[in-house]
Amino acid sequence: MQSRQKVDVAIIGGGIVGTAIARELARYKLEIMLVEQHPDLSMGTTKANSAILHAGFDAAPGTLKAKLNVRGNQLYREMQEELGLDIKLIGSLVVATDEEGLVVLLQLLERGRQNGVPGLCILNREAVLEREPQLAPATLGALFAPTGGIMDPFGVTLAFAENAVRNGVQVLTECKVEKIEVSDGHVVGMHTSQGFIEARFIINAAGVHADDISHGAGDRSFAIHPRKGEYMLLDKSVGSFVRSVIFPTPTKVSKGIVIAPTVHHNTFVGPNALTIDDKEDLSTTADGLAAIVVGARALVPSVPLSATITQFAGLRAVADGDDFIIRPATGVRGLIHAAGIQSPGLTAAPAIAEMMVDILRTEGLSLQAKPSFWPDNPARVLFRDQEAHRKQKLVAENPLYGRVICRCEMVTEADIVDAIHRSCGARTLDGVKRRTRAGMGRCQGGFCGPRVIGILSRELNIPIPAVRKDTAQSFLFFDKIRGAREVEDHE
Amino acid sequence: MNEKQYDVVIIGGGPAGLAAGLSASQHGAKHILVVERDRELGGILQQCIHNGFGLHRFDTELTGPGYAERYINMVKANPSIDVLLDTMVVDLAPDKTVIVINSVDGMQKIIGKAIVLAMGCRERTRGAIRIPGTRPAGVLTAGAAQRMVNMEGYIPGQQVVIFGSGDIGLIMARRMTLEGAKVLAVFEIMPHSSGLTRNVVQCLEDYDIPLHLSHTVTAIHGTERITGITYAEVDENLRPIVGTDKYMDCDCLLLSVGLIPENELSRDIGLCMDPLTGGPVVNQERETSLPGFFAAGNVVHVHDLVDFVSEEGEIAGHFAARLAQGEKSLSAQIYSVVPGHGVRTVVPQKIKVLAGEQGAAKLYLRVTETQRKITLSVSSGGQTLLEKRFPVAKPGEMIVLDLQAAHLDKIVGDIIVEIKR
Repeated sequence: MQSRQKVDVAIIGGGIVGTAIARELARYKLEIMLVEQHPDLSMGTTKANSAILHAGFDAAPGTLKAKLNVRGNQLYREMQEELGLDIKLIGSLVVATDEEGLVVLLQLLERGRQNGVPGLCILNREAVLEREPQLAPATLGALFAPTGGIMDPFGVTLAFAENAVRNGVQVLTECKVEKIEVSDGHVVGMHTSQGFIEARFIINAAGVHADDISHGAGDRSFAIHPRKGEYMLLDKSVGSFVRSVIFPTPTKVSKGIVIAPTVHHNTFVGPNALTIDDKEDLSTTADGLAAIVVGARALVPSVPLSATITQFAGLRAVADGDDFIIRPATGVRGLIHAAGIQSPGLTAAPAIAEMMVDILRTEGLSLQAKPSFWPDNPARVLFRDQEAHRKQKLVAENPLYGRVICRCEMVTEADIVDAIHRSCGARTLDGVKRRTRAGMGRCQGGFCGPRVIGILSRELNIPIPAVRKDTAQSFLFFDKIRGAREVEDHE
Repeated sequence: MNEKQYDVVIIGGGPAGLAAGLSASQHGAKHILVVERDRELGGILQQCIHNGFGLHRFDTELTGPGYAERYINMVKANPSIDVLLDTMVVDLAPDKTVIVINSVDGMQKIIGKAIVLAMGCRERTRGAIRIPGTRPAGVLTAGAAQRMVNMEGYIPGQQVVIFGSGDIGLIMARRMTLEGAKVLAVFEIMPHSSGLTRNVVQCLEDYDIPLHLSHTVTAIHGTERITGITYAEVDENLRPIVGTDKYMDCDCLLLSVGLIPENELSRDIGLCMDPLTGGPVVNQERETSLPGFFAAGNVVHVHDLVDFVSEEGEIAGHFAARLAQGEKSLSAQIYSVVPGHGVRTVVPQKIKVLAGEQGAAKLYLRVTETQRKITLSVSSGGQTLLEKRFPVAKPGEMIVLDLQAAHLDKIVGDIIVEIKR
């Protein structure tokens, strides 16, 4: 069999879980490869979720969700500085608007204490409204979690990936796994769209597709039932009308419609929860958006929904049994699942990675620490975040810092060029958007879109019709108009 | 940081900004700066390669670039006007300090005696109107498509649906057809087109492109590129009527669903804004609520015709120049202009009535719905200042009323502009 590559560990899936595992395993003397089917990392559940750092009071004590949420929260806080992660501990509130809700708060408080969540307390009506004056007048009290916060899921995923690459991990995008090859009850590798990859261990972090990967290897022990959540994002011009992450009291299927600031000064509302069959269905619906509006107004009646700049949907990878599935496969040695990673998976990811290392060790992988491990990444300079004198210096060194491409988010051409050429760099329009925020503002790429497309074409040395929006076939433009010449001073 | 002083600083080098610069020069300003973010002057005119520009102003039919060129040549020949291209304003302060950045000079501090805001407008996006569905490639605003087709030479689709019948959408329906694409339909949620009648005729009817009024797009389909849309009829509250939804295959959806005056800088300095126009409140001299700050063109209210944009730019440039030369404003009474029955917006929103001699003032207004044989009336304190009859009035076509000095003399309170019942 023709092997393209031979590695110790292959990781399937370039979301938050796969990249966190890659980064954790990069501490050891191992050959590691991470494969992602899309042109960019962070393209599945990781790109469309609530972007919340959960404190850890939701999950039932004793579950993996409970344990890994609290541990993950702690790990993020520890690695925030080292990896330059965009995390803000703004605190979270679960708001009760009726007597029943107050009872639920007490249950959550008790649950949180059992789970080991630090600093939880119940705030009375006055204290809640003092903290969040926009909340509904019906507010009776809230559970406050000081370790609740918000984060940038793409940024964190890319930071993990970049650090993994810095420490020797190979990342292969547009590499779709077709089948896992099993011999004598042990995985030997996987067939992919880029050839066969020989691997002693395969980690299944394929998100909503984790069951397909598992079934293909002969393990039918679980299935994933995608549960869609829709969101609305509000422009930053509405300001921070809420300071904390605001949850309603939860229901059985979901934590309810949340209102929270984002690390980039927008505000989002959502998600609803709808179990669906189609793993590609990221469509928003009129009914779904209407439900979000109702839920948001119940929490904050004055929520300025007219400032909506975009809507999107994400899929939660919900497994049978509702808990995370982090264990060796059933009946196939060498395949380890990190599956069913729905909320609070984003928060749990670093703890899932720690757990995965332990599982691999138990399964017989020899782990020797690498003396040369780099815990941090090269500093990333975004023009808009710099002081005035530093900006001046940047333009003097590189004139492309003086050319603002996206005015809404103040992104310069140099920022975009850097986003393309860094390790795990952007290959698509949305890839540039996720790394720099160009196109994420109120004009949604109306001004900068054509300019970013031009820069991608130039920097990747591909024709404009080959520039894609996000997925493999999402080409933005057709061929050149007959007779038209390339614009000479094209940006 | 490099620091420079000017009499008049104009933000935006489109038709409003260019006219403001020339007018400021004609009225005595010696040091004028035009700051433009694009690689050339002219603004959106440069991508409007169709004809129909300049009928009022130059009494001839020009293309957008042709219209722009006339102004650009005059600006280039004028030694009082400096131009900064490829330059973005990153900060504007109420003390008339402008921080700009470009790749040649880095960041510069520019201090103006008067500032003219001429930033134009931007297009309303899919997100702002909340079209449900997926987010594939091939969904873009008509203006972004226009730039790619006309300036870069790439077409965004071959089976095109257009949502919204704003002028850019209508123009792009014809443009895409001429480039060999099939424009399947134009959907408009309102019972009337929001574009000019001549564009409906010349861009849709002449090419047999169907315009479906009172219809909306209810979903976008496709995971990678758009594969189709669902559309439906709407009721009088603009809600989709259940059971009327139909599917249509397409590989491109262009949106022409409204323009929004680009006023982030205006908000930064705390200008008083008109929620109906989306632009700053101005008086007939185009001075905003902050003395020394003027505004003109689509940043004040979205126009249909560039001729009027130029005219507004001239007004703003004129009075900015006078202020910059230290001319003391005479004592004046300020009155509000209020849109009454049947009128949606009026600019200016304030009229300054001087103690001494009056100038004239033009009122630019839009009606709320299409009506035939109407009389527009301008009154103050119960007394009619002006009445004018119109055979037809449409929301998509701005109406101009001239108030003469004699009219201004009669103003005693709020000025009501309304359709007579």
